[in-house]
Amino acid sequence: MELIVFVIAAAAALAGGIGVIASAQPVRSALSLLLVLGSLAVLYLLLAAEFIAVLQVIVYAGAIVVLFLFVIMLLHARTGEGRTEKLPRQRAVGVVLAAVFLAVLGYTLLTAAAPPVREVARGFGSAESVGGALFLGYVLPFEVASVILLVGIVAAVVLGLAKPVT
Amino acid sequence: MMPPASFLVLSAVLFTLGVVGVLVRRNALVVFMSIELMLNATNLAFVTFARLRGSIEGQVIVFFVIVIAAVEVVVGLAIIVDIFRSRETVNVDDVDLLRG
Repeated sequence: MELIVFVIAAAAALAGGIGVIASAQPVRSALSLLLVLGSLAVLYLLLAAEFIAVLQVIVYAGAIVVLFLFVIMLLHARTGEGRTEKLPRQRAVGVVLAAVFLAVLGYTLLTAAAPPVREVARGFGSAESVGGALFLGYVLPFEVASVILLVGIVAAVVLGLAKPVT
Repeated sequence: MMPPASFLVLSAVLFTLGVVGVLVRRNALVVFMSIELMLNATNLAFVTFARLRGSIEGQVIVFFVIVIAAVEVVVGLAIIVDIFRSRETVNVDDVDLLRG
């Protein structure tokens, strides 16, 4: 059962990932990104991370992708990519470097000695357990994160203000 | 439970797809989405290791990554909209001047 869910979700994530980088239109990239995020939420459930899965759907799928779609529609004129290349052969070199990178990552992952998987208690990864760790052990980073959110809001407002015509 | 290596390999492949997107695509929005793809790939690795070690800290880190990713998207998209307003382009090759 777990295997079937994993295979379907992993295939959907890979298809979405390819869709993100291969789609000609940004809207399709954004919808492919949504597919990746949704299938990753399923994988998080397989890994006993309920709270993170819910957070993924609410924050990523619900807010971030919608924001992307808004901006794509705002800028829909001339979002295509030009034919002229400023750096010739950049694409080929990029793909080769990425392949080397994947080979190194894969070699490391597949040859490293895997520690045995620990059994986890019931309720591992629930909102209660993550919240407990967050508020008991990581209160300061949590508060700093709220300040960063505030800075982000202010920055977005300032950047979005209409500039006076000079 | 599934062997953790399968999740980690999936994470590595997704990260590489994001790298390819950043290196190959010239549309700033698609480059940005590829960065999100890489962030999500690392999140998957963190959650896998949290399950593997039976320690909740991995999931706490993912929580912070999601928060910071939200801020990053808001500010980044605001910058892209601003560049589009002044230059009428979202092609990263066309934005090659230091002056505004």
